[in-house]
Amino acid sequence: MLIAIVLVIIAIGSVVFHIWSPWWFTPLASNWGSLDNAIVITFWITGVVYVALILFMAYCLYKYRYKKERRADYEPENSKLEWTLSILTALGVVGLLTPGLIAWADFVTVPKNAIEVEVLGKQWDWSYRLPGKDGKLGKSSVALINDDNPFGIDPKDPNGKDDVLIESDDLHLQLDQPVKMLLRSQDVLHDFYVPQFRAKMDLVPGMITFFWMTPTRAGTFDVLCAELCGVGHHAMRGTVIVDAKGAYDKWLSGQETFAALYPNTAKVKQAAKDAPASAPVRQASQDKPILTASESTQSLRVQ
Amino acid sequence: MSEGLLDETQVIPPAELEEVDLYHAHSFWTKYVFSQDAKIIAIQYSGTAITIGLVGLVLSWLMRLQLGFPDTFSFIDADTYYQHVTMHGMIMVIYLLTALFLGGFGNYLIPLMVGARDMVFPYMNMLSYWVYLLAVLILTASFFVPGGPTGAGWTLYPPQAILEGTPGVEWGIILMLVSLVVFIIGFTMGGLNYVVTVLQSRSRGMTLMRMPLTVWGIFTATILALLAFPALFVAGVMMLLDRLIGTSFFMPEIIQGGELLSTTNGSPLLFQHLFWFFGHPEVYIVALPAFGVVSDIISVHARKNIFGYRMMVWAIVAIGGLSFVVWAHHMYVSGMNPYFGFFFATTTLIIAVPTALKMYNWVLTLWKGNIQLTIPMLFCVAFILTFLNGGITGLFLGNVAVDIPLSDTLFVVAHFHMVMGIAPVLVIFAAVYHWFPKMSGRMLNEGWGQFHFWITFIGSYLIYFPMHYLGFVGVPRRYFEIGETSFIPPSATTLNEFITIVVLIVGVAQIVFIINIIASIWTGKPAGDNPWNATTLEWQTATTPPGHGNFGDELPVTYRWAYAYSVPGVEDDFVPQNLAPGDVKRSDGGQ
Ligand code: HEM
Ligand SMILES: [Cu+2]
Ligand SMILES: [Cu+2]
Repeated sequence: MLIAIVLVIIAIGSVVFHIWSPWWFTPLASNWGSLDNAIVITFWITGVVYVALILFMAYCLYKYRYKKERRADYEPENSKLEWTLSILTALGVVGLLTPGLIAWADFVTVPKNAIEVEVLGKQWDWSYRLPGKDGKLGKSSVALINDDNPFGIDPKDPNGKDDVLIESDDLHLQLDQPVKMLLRSQDVLHDFYVPQFRAKMDLVPGMITFFWMTPTRAGTFDVLCAELCGVGHHAMRGTVIVDAKGAYDKWLSGQETFAALYPNTAKVKQAAKDAPASAPVRQASQDKPILTASESTQSLRVQ
Repeated sequence: MSEGLLDETQVIPPAELEEVDLYHAHSFWTKYVFSQDAKIIAIQYSGTAITIGLVGLVLSWLMRLQLGFPDTFSFIDADTYYQHVTMHGMIMVIYLLTALFLGGFGNYLIPLMVGARDMVFPYMNMLSYWVYLLAVLILTASFFVPGGPTGAGWTLYPPQAILEGTPGVEWGIILMLVSLVVFIIGFTMGGLNYVVTVLQSRSRGMTLMRMPLTVWGIFTATILALLAFPALFVAGVMMLLDRLIGTSFFMPEIIQGGELLSTTNGSPLLFQHLFWFFGHPEVYIVALPAFGVVSDIISVHARKNIFGYRMMVWAIVAIGGLSFVVWAHHMYVSGMNPYFGFFFATTTLIIAVPTALKMYNWVLTLWKGNIQLTIPMLFCVAFILTFLNGGITGLFLGNVAVDIPLSDTLFVVAHFHMVMGIAPVLVIFAAVYHWFPKMSGRMLNEGWGQFHFWITFIGSYLIYFPMHYLGFVGVPRRYFEIGETSFIPPSATTLNEFITIVVLIVGVAQIVFIINIIASIWTGKPAGDNPWNATTLEWQTATTPPGHGNFGDELPVTYRWAYAYSVPGVEDDFVPQNLAPGDVKRSDGGQ
């Protein structure tokens, strides 16, 4: 008896809580409204099942509570009922999956006009790299990272020279400009997470991962790390500032390029050509040029 | 569907196997310590699992203290917090739930329910427990080594798990991996036993489709475990090699502290695939036995046959099979090829169909039943609710596009606690209240049981239901402290305090349960052989608690399925599986 009442209270209470609790998504700031929609559809479909099943269970517990003189029904199977329920459930699942997969198809298709922005994670802060005038990021490798080349940009790749390096936790993005976020880590897993953008993705050392989005609301947003990365995990914070075009351009023009910040490193290509013997560059398998830390510091610091 | 009806009780001819001789122990040591009796082994497994589970519980209090009241407790810093998270998660999933459901319930119930004298390989069964105990001791030792236990998260993702910056890289992670490997060795000995016993030593007439669902659940879960644990085993060994002799299975080029490490070209994602190839089936390794137990308990206490038995069996088997092709739903944000998302979202949502059917069938078993609201029944109702809730949030997280915003937030924490934390624990409580009378010959105290039930049920729902909404807000999981974060409102802090207080209340209430068990062993109401009027074989033993060999002089013969409750035309509202058709008292005068 009591349990039936409590179940009814839970069913109603869940709905009331859902509607009136102060906790809900942060206001959206990207194009990923389709993810929010998929969630809302999921809420509707599953919410109906949730309430219906709890209320039905409460009804059974009340209606069929033990009476000495009564006997339970004996009906081992009822294939019609079982099939009906299977088909309804399958339909529900299709209803959930369809909006989900449609949104996902969008998520995996990066638009042509997206500009690339690189996020580099390390224990426990963020830095960023933007392509320069050529619109292309230079090749990079973790093995090339050192004090004079914090992003491990391959000095032999001309595309890298004009890359804009942002060695602070603040990244600016341009309003309504689609971006492909390229994610790199130099040590352990991290995850670039801005709740208002909805999208998130792990940074995995040894590979470049990505997601894309279009910032649709100007403002300042917290960046959090969402993949456990050691004791500083909770403190690995950053900021993304979404600006309208003018403000964005102004900010961008104040940022320095690889060539300007680390002229000695960026120039190494010529140096290597002039004096090949002094640049012991081992070619590793695949296309990653590998230098040991000490070799690279030496070779890059000659001249 | 004539199983259970009286006119079709054909006797299946005797099996060809002779009775096996059991080793009859004589000394205290061989009877109760190095025992080969599955029932004693079951109690040893359960006792050890619950003891280490209590450690896991205390760790969860410490975490909740920190989350509810940050900056208050000087004995919790970021290092210890992450160590608590890790040890809590691993203890609960592997050393408590897996060990308790398979080693505990499996050992106690399989031989009794299929009408066998013992497990097929009693000696190996004994070894299984001692190896498990060794694994637990190795795990426990990691609390006492320099650097403490690992703080890598229960998922132990490399590279972080074996690098500086994570607590316990010195010894903790090594002991954790060794302990897991040892656990798997021990489990394999027991697991083979459970499977072979079900296949080989069922009593006469106990066809597979007459087995109680508890046995089906444990049987299928064990097969899953035998297929899934090897993935964890190799992953563990490979990571040990990475950590100890400098291989690079999971380690790419890494710069740490300005130094390029000597690792090269390994794949962190490979570990994640191996881990979740084990990790997802692991959810069902815990859930399937729980499903089985719930089905049986509901049927007994609703005095009604389980609805759609064959469907329930096939659903268990289908879920078991499908659970091997959904693992990467834990990796939607891992950076794996995003096109995998289509495949894994689809398989994951397909698995929801058989799962939902089980849910319907439980509720339909209540429908038109004659429901006794005993403590085991109440816990089963609570299980249905929490599992419904957790199953539904699983539909969110399985659907790749919906998962992206929610992944790695408190929504996930709330989800998996509902579905594989609270739900199975409620089933364990139901099972203890249900089977304790058989194990001890005495009933547990009903009043204390009510108190324990209501606090635990309402409390856990209050802890985890609102927590989903913190996930919607975007509060990330595995955070030592939230600190200043502009999108998290102050009300979230209030909610966190509330949750912590409820956790402590629920935690303290468990003392009542433990006292109830200990006190009832001596002072409980005598239970008799079959206090619930149940049909299955474990209630038909000659003595209670059953002695070594389970069934006295003669093994029972099974004439019908396990769910002959309220059969029309029969006087009693239950017909034991082993009651010969001629002995069934008919109320309609017929024979
Ligand atoms: C009422 C009892 C319990 C409480 C209060 C509790 C509390 C917690 C808390 C606070 C966390 C950390 C969440 C975070 O990452 O921010 C956690 C993690 C976890 N819990 Fe529990 N828990 C309980 C029972 C269980 C049970 C029975 C299981 C068994 C499946 C379980 C499995 C886990 C797992 C797997 C994790 C993840 C650990 C990780 O992130 O590495 N918990 N729990
Ligand atoms: Cu991080
Ligand atoms: Cu899974």
